Amino acid sequence: LKCIHVCIYVWYTLGLKLAVQRQFYEEDKPFTCLDGSRTIPFDRVNDDYCDCQDGSDEPGTAACPNGSFHCTNAGFRPAFIPSSRINDGICDCCDTTDEYNSGAACQNTCRDLGRKEREELVKMAEIAKEGFQLKQQLIHEAKRGLEDKKKLDINYLNSRAKLSEIQSSKKDLEAKVEALRTVKETAEQPEKEAKGRHMQAWEEQKAIARKEKDKAKMTEVFLELDDDADGFVSVAELLSHSELDPDLDSSFTEAEAQVLMGGEDKVDPASFEAVWNNIKEKYLSESNADIPAPVETAQEETPVSDNDSDQYPEDDIPEEEEEDDEEDEDDDQDESDYKVPPTERTKEKKDDDDEGTMPPYDQETQNLIDAAQKARDEFDEAERALREVDDQIKNLEKEISFDFGPSAEFGYLYSQCYELTTSEYIYRLCPFNRVSQKPKYGGSETNLGTWGKWSGPQDNIYSVMKYEHGTGCWQGPNRSTTVKLTCGKETVVTSTSEPSRCEYLMEFITPAVCQEPPNLDSGLHEHEEL
Amino acid sequence: MPRPNDTTVAECIILERQVVVTQNVLRCSPLSGFLCRMVPVLVLWLAVCLTGTWAVDRGNFKTCDQSSFCKRQRALKPGESPYRALLETMELTNTRLTLQLINDNNKVRLLLELYRLQGNITRVKINELKPLKPRYEVPDVLIREPPTEPLSLLSQDENGVVLSLGSESQRVIISARPFRLDIMEGSDVLMSLNSRGLLTFEHLRMRKDTFSYKVTSTVASVWDNIKRTTKEEEEKVEDGMWEEMFKSHSDSKPNGPSAISLDFSLPGVEHVYGIPEHADTLRLKTTENGDPYRLYNLDVFQYELYNPMALYGAVPVMLAHNTQRTTGIFWLNAAETWVDISSNTAGKTVFGKMLDYVQGSSETPQTDVRWISESGIIDVFLMLGPTPKDVFSQYASLTGTQSFPPLASLGYHQCRWNYNDQEDVQSVDAGFDEHDIPYDFIWLDIEHTDGKRYFTWDPHKFATPKEMLQGLKDKKRKLVAIVDPHIKIDSNYKIHNEIRSRGFYVKNKDGGDYEGWCWPGSAGYPDFFRADMRAWWASMFAYDKYEGSMENMYTWNDMNEPSVFNGPEVTMHKDAVHGAWENRDVHNLYGLYVQMATADGLTQRSGGVERPFVLSRAFFAGSQRYGAVWTGDNAAEWDHLKISIPMCLSLGLVGMSFCGADIGGFFKTPSTELLVRWYQTGAYQPFFRAHAHLDTPRREPWLFGPENTALIREAIRQRYALLPYWYQQFYHAHRTGDPIMRPLWVEYPQDPATFAVDDEYLIGRDLLVHPVTEEGARGLTAYLPGKDEVWFDVHTFQKHNGAQNLYIPVTMSSIPVFQRGGSIIPRKVRVRRSSECMEHDPYTLYVALNLQRTAEGELYIDDGHTFNYERKEFIHRRLSFAKNILSSVNLAPDAQFTTRSWIERVVILGASKPSKVTLKTAGECFAFLACDVDSSLVPCYMLAN
Repeated sequence: LKCIHVCIYVWYTLGLKLAVQRQFYEEDKPFTCLDGSRTIPFDRVNDDYCDCQDGSDEPGTAACPNGSFHCTNAGFRPAFIPSSRINDGICDCCDTTDEYNSGAACQNTCRDLGRKEREELVKMAEIAKEGFQLKQQLIHEAKRGLEDKKKLDINYLNSRAKLSEIQSSKKDLEAKVEALRTVKETAEQPEKEAKGRHMQAWEEQKAIARKEKDKAKMTEVFLELDDDADGFVSVAELLSHSELDPDLDSSFTEAEAQVLMGGEDKVDPASFEAVWNNIKEKYLSESNADIPAPVETAQEETPVSDNDSDQYPEDDIPEEEEEDDEEDEDDDQDESDYKVPPTERTKEKKDDDDEGTMPPYDQETQNLIDAAQKARDEFDEAERALREVDDQIKNLEKEISFDFGPSAEFGYLYSQCYELTTSEYIYRLCPFNRVSQKPKYGGSETNLGTWGKWSGPQDNIYSVMKYEHGTGCWQGPNRSTTVKLTCGKETVVTSTSEPSRCEYLMEFITPAVCQEPPNLDSGLHEHEEL
Repeated sequence: MPRPNDTTVAECIILERQVVVTQNVLRCSPLSGFLCRMVPVLVLWLAVCLTGTWAVDRGNFKTCDQSSFCKRQRALKPGESPYRALLETMELTNTRLTLQLINDNNKVRLLLELYRLQGNITRVKINELKPLKPRYEVPDVLIREPPTEPLSLLSQDENGVVLSLGSESQRVIISARPFRLDIMEGSDVLMSLNSRGLLTFEHLRMRKDTFSYKVTSTVASVWDNIKRTTKEEEEKVEDGMWEEMFKSHSDSKPNGPSAISLDFSLPGVEHVYGIPEHADTLRLKTTENGDPYRLYNLDVFQYELYNPMALYGAVPVMLAHNTQRTTGIFWLNAAETWVDISSNTAGKTVFGKMLDYVQGSSETPQTDVRWISESGIIDVFLMLGPTPKDVFSQYASLTGTQSFPPLASLGYHQCRWNYNDQEDVQSVDAGFDEHDIPYDFIWLDIEHTDGKRYFTWDPHKFATPKEMLQGLKDKKRKLVAIVDPHIKIDSNYKIHNEIRSRGFYVKNKDGGDYEGWCWPGSAGYPDFFRADMRAWWASMFAYDKYEGSMENMYTWNDMNEPSVFNGPEVTMHKDAVHGAWENRDVHNLYGLYVQMATADGLTQRSGGVERPFVLSRAFFAGSQRYGAVWTGDNAAEWDHLKISIPMCLSLGLVGMSFCGADIGGFFKTPSTELLVRWYQTGAYQPFFRAHAHLDTPRREPWLFGPENTALIREAIRQRYALLPYWYQQFYHAHRTGDPIMRPLWVEYPQDPATFAVDDEYLIGRDLLVHPVTEEGARGLTAYLPGKDEVWFDVHTFQKHNGAQNLYIPVTMSSIPVFQRGGSIIPRKVRVRRSSECMEHDPYTLYVALNLQRTAEGELYIDDGHTFNYERKEFIHRRLSFAKNILSSVNLAPDAQFTTRSWIERVVILGASKPSKVTLKTAGECFAFLACDVDSSLVPCYMLAN
C-alpha cells in the first residue's frame, strides 16, 4: 500500500477547515458522519470512497457528490470548493492542495494573489473612502435641503417639506374655491333673472317691430300689384305673378288665383291682409323678380336667432375646459371670443340689421352682471391656483416617489444626464428618468427604457437600476436597460453592452453606492498569518 | 463453495483486473464501501406560459403540383407498365445480370443491372441504354464498390427468368411482359418492383422547338416522322419540361425532362419508417390525400410540424417492418425526390380489420411506395433483413457507420446566437462553475466573425481568440465556431480571393461565378463537388491557416443545404453548374460534402491523430460518417419538444445516430417549464445542445431561479453520470451501424404495440426513456415492452414487469428512465466540470437482474479523443452476472489500453441481501471487511477493487 493508504494519515485532515472541524476527525477512533447517519472505521476517512450521505467522510477526495473541500490558501483568502474539483486536473486552490494526485502542474500562487488582492483592496479602499466621504456630503446636502424649506430645490427632503407646505396651502385654496363658488352662484342668480327680464322686453319690442315691418311690406306689395291703381287687386293682376302658382305646374290659372284671393275677384287694401298671408312666402317683388330668393335663406334664419341668445353666453362657459395652466391661453382666447364675435356672427347680425341692436342693459342689470362677472373671475382664478398647486403636488409626489436611497444619497442624480460614447453610439443615462442611445453619426434616438425600479439583490437593492418599456424591438421585447452601480469618486458611465437582444447593460460609477470602508488592517493581517 | 441459498450468499469475481484497473490505483483505494440510496425527489410545480403559434410560409416552398416533374409523374396512375424485358439481351456473369428493357410506347431502351451484394442486399440499377449524355450517378456516398455474391440462374422461359440469390431460399423473378421484378423467400413475396407499372424514365432528348432541332427534323425524312407518329405515341411537350417558373425564379432546364420513378410493393407490411428529414411522426403516413414526402435539402424558416414538407437534410432510405421481417429500400439519388406511400389498410379501423379477419375476406395488408426523382438514374439497394439489426448492418455496409466522436462532444453544449464577445464567453463559462453545472462546449454563431467572413474573428469583440480558447482549455473545455459555406464576395477577403482565383466557386448557368444572398450579403458558394476544392477547404483548418484556432476549437457547418436567401425556395438555382452537372442532379449532396471537407480539415490539422467534431444542418445518406446533425431551426413550443423524438429516431434508423434538437427551441422564448422539460429530454438524446435565436432573451441554465437551476443542473448531471454508457453506445454504433436512440420496435420487433410508439425510446438496448413532453403534466403512461422483461426505475430502483402500460406520476424533477433487467450499465457518478475532468474517475456498475437473475453489459474505455482506438488502444470487456457471480471477459484480447480508472462500486438491482461478498482477482480471493447494506428499497451490495 504505497500511495494513498499511507498518505491518508498525512492527508486525513485534508480538505478540512482548521480547528473548527478537525475535532471531529480523531485519528484511530471510529468516525461518525457529521449527520450522525453512521459510524465507520477511521481508516475509511478520505479513502476515496463515499461512505457518508453528507459526504463528511471524504473532505479531501472527490468521492462524494455533495462534498466540499477547504483550501487553506495561506497568504490569500481561504475558500471552499466543491469536492468534484479535487484532482480534476484544474488548479482551483492557489495553494495547490486540491490537486494532490492528478498530476496537474499547479503552482502556489497564494502569495502573489494575496499581494495583488491587498494592493487592490488598498486601492479600492481608497476609492471607497473618498467615495464614502463624497456620499456623506451628498447625504448632508440632502438634509440641508430639508431644512431650507423656502428654497424649491430638486431634492427629496426639500421637496417633501415643500410638499407638505403646499398641501396645507392647497387646503386653504380649496376652501377659498368653495367660498368663491358660493359667492359666484349667489351673484349669478339675480344676474340671470335681470338678464331674463331684459331679454324678454327686448324680444317683445322686436316682435312689434317685425309686425310693423310686415305691414309696410304688404302695403308696398298691394300698390305694386294694383297695376291699374284702382285700389283693388284683381285676379288678373295677381296672375301676372306666375311664381304664386300653388301647384307650380307652370300654368297659373284664374281658379288657382281666385283661391289665393279667398274666392274674391278683387280685394281692397283692408281685405288684402288675408291674401297677403297666402302669397307673402312666394311673392317676388317686381323690381327683382328675375332673381328668385333662395328658399334656404328663410331656413338659415333659425340658427341666427339661436345665436342671438348666444350673444351673452357667460353661463355656458364649459367648466371642463379649465384644466391646467397650459390651457389658460385657450381660455383667454375663448373669453376674447365673447368680446369679438366671429365674422360670421357679425354678418348674420348685418342681415338682422333692421331689427337693430339690443339696447344696453339698464344700470341695475348691468350692476348685477358686473358683480357676477367679478365673482366668476375670482372663482376662476382661485380654481386655477388650486390646479397649479395640484400639479406641483403631483410633481413633487413623483419626485418623492423616487427612492433616492436610505439617506437620499442618489437624489443628486435626479434631473442629471450622463453620456458614454462608443464606436457607434452615444449612450445617455438620465437617472430616474430614462436611458437612450443615439447613433454617433446621425440618426434618431432610441429609448432604451424609462425608470422602473431598483433591482439589486435583496441585501443590496441599491446596486442595480432597471429601466424598462423602451422602444419595442422587431420580433422581440421592448428595450430595457440594467444599470449596475459601483463605488467610485466620480459619477460616470463606464461601459454599455447588449448581452441579450434589446436588453442593455450599463456600468455606472457613483459615490452614492460607496460603503463605509472596512478597517483594512485587521482583515489583511489575519490572512497573512495563515 | 456450497451455497445453501443462492440469495443469501454471493461470490463476486472480477477477472483480469489489471486490464480495467491499474495496479497503482488499486493500491490507492484499499477499501470501499457500498452505497445504495434513494434519490430524493424534489417536488415542484411551475407556472405555465402560453405560446402563440406561427409557422412556415408555405408559399415559399413547392408543392408536388408546383414541381413540374412531380406533377407529371404523379399524374401517371398504376396500370400495365409499357416496359418489357428483352430476355434475349440478358447477360449473366457470376455476379452481375444485365438486361435491356424497352418502352413499347417510345421504343427507348433501358439497361437493367442486378447484383447480389454481400449481406443479403440486392442492387438494382436502371439507366438509359444509350443516353444522349451521361446521367448522374451519385459518387462518394457508398464507402466502396459493394462486394458482390454469386448469382445463379434457376430457370428461364419466354415469360421470364428466375435467379437464385445466394445460398438462402431467396429468388428474384424477372417477368418480361410487362417488366416486373419480384423478390421471394420461400413462397413469400418480400418485395415487388414495377408491379404497379409506375417505372418511368424520362429519356434525355433534343429540344424540339429549338432551331437546331427544326433544321435536323426538316432535313430528316418527313415520312419518317409520319411513320413514327403512327407507330409510336407522340411524346407531348408539356409545360415545365424545358423551362419552369417558381414565384419569380426561372429554371432554364437546358437538359429538358429527366425524371425517373419506380414503385415498390411490400406485401404484409403496414409500417414504414425513415426517409428523413421530416417533422412528422416516426411511422410514415400514407400520402394519398396530400403531397408525397419530399426530400430536397432546404432552409425552411419556422418549419411546421406533422407534414411531409422537405427540410434541411435528406436520407433516401425507407424501412419496412412487420412482426416477421424488416426490410429496407435505399434509393441512391441526390436530386429532388418525392416519395408516395399508400396502403390497402390505411383507411381501415381496427374494427374493420377484425371484421375482415373474422369474415376471412381480408386481403393481405400491403404498403405500396413510389419514388420519384428529378434526374439521375435508378440505383436502388434492397436490404432484405430479416431483422432490424440486419438492415442496419446492411445499410452500414453500403454507406458506413456513425463516426466515433470525441467523448467530450457527448457532454453538454452551450450555444446561443450569439455570445457577443470574449468577456461574454468568459462570464458564461464562469457561470457554469459558479452554479456547479458541467459543460464541455461553448459555441460561437456567425456574429463572432469579421463581417460574416468565416475563418476570421471580429477584431473588437474577439480580438484575442487564442487567449479565450486557452482560458477554456485550462478548464478542460472546448469551443465550436461556425463556418458556413457561403463566402462573402469581397476582394479584401483572403478566402474569397483564393476560391475565386482557383475557380472553385459554383457557376451559374451562363458560366460566371454563381452569386447568392446570404448572411454576409452577396456571397459565392464553393463547389464542394470538386475533390480539389474540398482538399483546399480542409487545408484552411490548419492551425497556421485558420488564425486564432486551437486544438480545442471545433466546427459547425450551418446553411449548407445550401441556403440562398434570394434563391428559389431559399436555395441554389437548379441550373447552377457544378462541373459537368447541374445543381438539379446533385443538390442533396452539397451539405454532405461540406461536412466531409470540414471533418477532413479537423482531422488533418492534428496530423490525423485527433477525432474531429463537426455539426451540420444539411445531410445525405453517408453523412453519419462525418459528425453530428441537429433538427435545425425549431421553436420554443411543446410540440417541437415532442417532435424531437420521432425526428431523431427516424435519423437513427438510417444510420445517423448523432442527432439532437435545439434545447429550449431556437425561435421564440420557452416558458421555464418547457425549458426544464427540454433539458430533461435533451439529456437523454445523443446530441445535447441548448441554442437560442438572437432576438430571444438570455436563457443560460441559472437564469430562472434557484429551483429551476437545480432541476437543469440535475438533468445535465444525469447525462454526465451516464457518459460511459453513451460513449459505449457510440462505439457500438460506429462498429455496427445500429442506432443509438432506437424505436422500441427495433428491440421488440414482434410486439405490434411498439410499432407506432414515438413518445418514448431506447438508448441502446438497456435504457428506456419516456421524457415528459406535456405541459403541466402530473403523470404519463409509459409502455414497458417485453413480456419476459423487468424494468428498473433508475432513480428509485423500483422494479416493473414488462409488457404493460405503466402510469407514472411525475413532478418537475421527473425524468422517467428505466434500466432493463438483464443489463449492466457503467456510470461515473462523480460528476465534474467537464467530461475531460472525469477521465480518471472510477466506474459504478449498475447490474439490473432479469427474471433469470442474470445480467450482461459491456465496458468500453479508450483515451476519448484520438484515433488510437483504431490501433487497438482500448479496453472492451463483457461483464456478466450469473449464478451470483459477476465476471468479465475481454472482448478484444489483442487490444491494449491502460486507464487510471477503476470500479469503485457495484450496485445490483433485483437481488436480495447477501450475507457475504467475496472478491476474486486472478485467483486471489479477498474477503470484504464489511459488506455494507443500507436499509434501502432494493437490497444490493457492493463488490469491487
